[in-house]
Amino acid sequence: MEKELKILKYNDLSKLIERFRSQGYPVLAPVRKGKVVEIEQVESLDAIALDVLLSTQSAKKAAFPKVEKVLDFTFGKTDVKQVPVNPEAYKETILFGVRPCDASGFKALDAIFGETPKDELYLKKKEKTTIISFSCPTADEYCFCTSVGGGPGNTAGSDLQFTGISKDEILIEILTEKGAKLSTIFADLLTDAKTDIDKSKFLADVNVVFNVDSVVEKTTASFNNTAMWLEQSLRCIGCGACAFVCPTCACFDFQDEQNTKKGVRLRLWDSCGFSLFTLHTSGHNPREVQSQRWRQRIMHKFAYMPEQLHVVGCEGCGRCSRACPVDMNIKEHLTSIGETVIV
Amino acid sequence: MSDLIKKVTQLLNDKTIDVFIGYEKGSADRIRATFTRTVEQTAKLIFNESCTQNLAGYLLKHEIKRLGKIGILANVSALRSMMQLASEFQIKNGEVLVLFANPDGSFTEFIDFHAIEDYLATTDVGIKSEEQEMITRLAAMSVKERWNFWNTEFEKCIKCYACRAACPMCYCHRCTTDVNQPQWIPVASHERGNLDYHLMRAMHLAGRCVNCGECANACPMDIPLNLLTYQLIEPIKATFGATAGMKADAVYALSTYKPDDKENFII
Amino acid sequence: MQEFEPKIVAFVCNWCTYAGADLTGTSRIKYSANVKIIRFPCTGRIDFMILMKAFENGADGIIVSGCHPNDCHYSTGNFHARRRWIVFRNLMDFTGIETDRIQFSWVSAAEGFKWADVVNNTVKKIKEFGPNESYKKIAVSTLFNEEGASNE
Repeated sequence: MEKELKILKYNDLSKLIERFRSQGYPVLAPVRKGKVVEIEQVESLDAIALDVLLSTQSAKKAAFPKVEKVLDFTFGKTDVKQVPVNPEAYKETILFGVRPCDASGFKALDAIFGETPKDELYLKKKEKTTIISFSCPTADEYCFCTSVGGGPGNTAGSDLQFTGISKDEILIEILTEKGAKLSTIFADLLTDAKTDIDKSKFLADVNVVFNVDSVVEKTTASFNNTAMWLEQSLRCIGCGACAFVCPTCACFDFQDEQNTKKGVRLRLWDSCGFSLFTLHTSGHNPREVQSQRWRQRIMHKFAYMPEQLHVVGCEGCGRCSRACPVDMNIKEHLTSIGETVIV
Repeated sequence: MSDLIKKVTQLLNDKTIDVFIGYEKGSADRIRATFTRTVEQTAKLIFNESCTQNLAGYLLKHEIKRLGKIGILANVSALRSMMQLASEFQIKNGEVLVLFANPDGSFTEFIDFHAIEDYLATTDVGIKSEEQEMITRLAAMSVKERWNFWNTEFEKCIKCYACRAACPMCYCHRCTTDVNQPQWIPVASHERGNLDYHLMRAMHLAGRCVNCGECANACPMDIPLNLLTYQLIEPIKATFGATAGMKADAVYALSTYKPDDKENFII
Repeated sequence: MQEFEPKIVAFVCNWCTYAGADLTGTSRIKYSANVKIIRFPCTGRIDFMILMKAFENGADGIIVSGCHPNDCHYSTGNFHARRRWIVFRNLMDFTGIETDRIQFSWVSAAEGFKWADVVNNTVKKIKEFGPNESYKKIAVSTLFNEEGASNE
């Protein structure tokens, strides 16, 4: 679809949220909760934290929540009655005020959950979610989106992108059919934009620090570079913070919670950083030490996913590094891999 | 600082230690742990008032232990963690070389556990005043208000277990959380799953917590979960006379008893 | 309108309180039927997680009862239990769980009357408190509802 450019007055932004809500759309947006910024359902614009760098957690919970019921079951005398959750029943939802790295992060999740057998729970939710991203006027030292093919004004994965171009005007880019359909709700508030507006003037500067193709190539060749993985992972304590805040991490666990009469099956986030992740019932653990698990994390994102799904499993948002209790900085690690010499 | 580098260089050259756990500059304004194994690497060692992480958490990490004899730059929290670990038979006297940074910038080597105990006996090991303030404020709330406070905080919890991973006392190879026969602690990060996990962890740390605060520092969702264990420190001291992390041969408050332990709620 | 009948779960030790409850029965002493009794070898075996599970599965009140100090069948089990309860009660109160919903007691095998009193008084107290509202929202049963603890 041909991109459309419109202008919205900043003062009219609250009207958008009001109209979305009055039409029954749940609106998920960044909300301050103490020192962290969560993505939560909001009722009005004042609840939304539009001026934060980015949310602490990613927006993946809109289509891949941290706890999700997938099945209800009841024990009969000789059988078990199962009632799966109906993905068709998901509501149309709006994800508002997220960053370009959140929107493009769904690319990786689409690839993973779109493999056969298709994951309808994720795909249907994603289908029903319209993503309105806000481009980034600022960045910090953890950001490296430009090194992995993204950027502060990247529109991949967004249905609409908003960029503040002056004190009272916002440039709206209508990027997809879904975005166009949603924009009819506030079409009366929009005026045509001049086609020569240069968005990049209003975006943050994010220096490219490594060549992603070279990092992918070197990572792919590094499986046996035990010394490098050990060196990088000595201070890693094996928690799941990085995987859980990451917009592209999709590993999950199933847990049944039940009593003697009935129960539910839940899908939950899981992390390859946990020692339990690959523990077999025999007691054998193919990834027994943290350096093997760290290797898995980097290689999954920068070797296996590019090879199998043709997408890099990282958006350069830096959330993992900010959330990490022991300051594992993935930008540093990747840059260092880019600088290694493969013999 | 350069005293530190000199000292560690000497220890490495003499082969007194194989690896030194210290601090180096991290991302942005953060400080991170560093594992110095060669003389070149000593150049990264720093020490200043921002170096507050309790490094004792790394003493039991498999990959670190495998590197050989360990030296550590310990702060008061780390010293206490070491005493608690020693009382739980996790480290032996003399197994770890302990350097301590004095307020005047010099470094003392504690030659054995007695030296550490003597030092701790004369040091203020209490919780910080801001933390005490929060506990007092919570204690003044009604039961319902406290319930709402904690459940609102736990709503943020994503069960990443960073708190458990960062705590030097959480070293069990098979944590209760990981037991699935039965699944005591629901894996899911719903309200019940989060409440059970944090309550269980606080109970398993009661009488063992050395108020280092690493759990709360580690939490990516900024939950003040250290208050749960901190709050138990006073009652345990008042009722049982026990304080964690002061002596290498202390007995865990909950694995012993006095026939005349006092309480006022058993009829 | 039906009066609120609380569900009470009692965790008791086999050698004292369970025998005491038996005595209450054989002495034909009437007491509230709201209690489900669960027998443990010793109060020392009662993990605090078990108490949490009782609340999560719908209990409005809990009784934990065992041998008097110095009378434990295993010598020291109740001493350990006592320490554990002191600490756990403190933690529960701090977390906002109503500790008054849990009644701890020492009831010996000869104290048939006392057991009836403990049960009756506890039931009376819990009736006044009402149902365990704080736990209703996070109970296991909420997962089974249509709007249960699923998507945020």
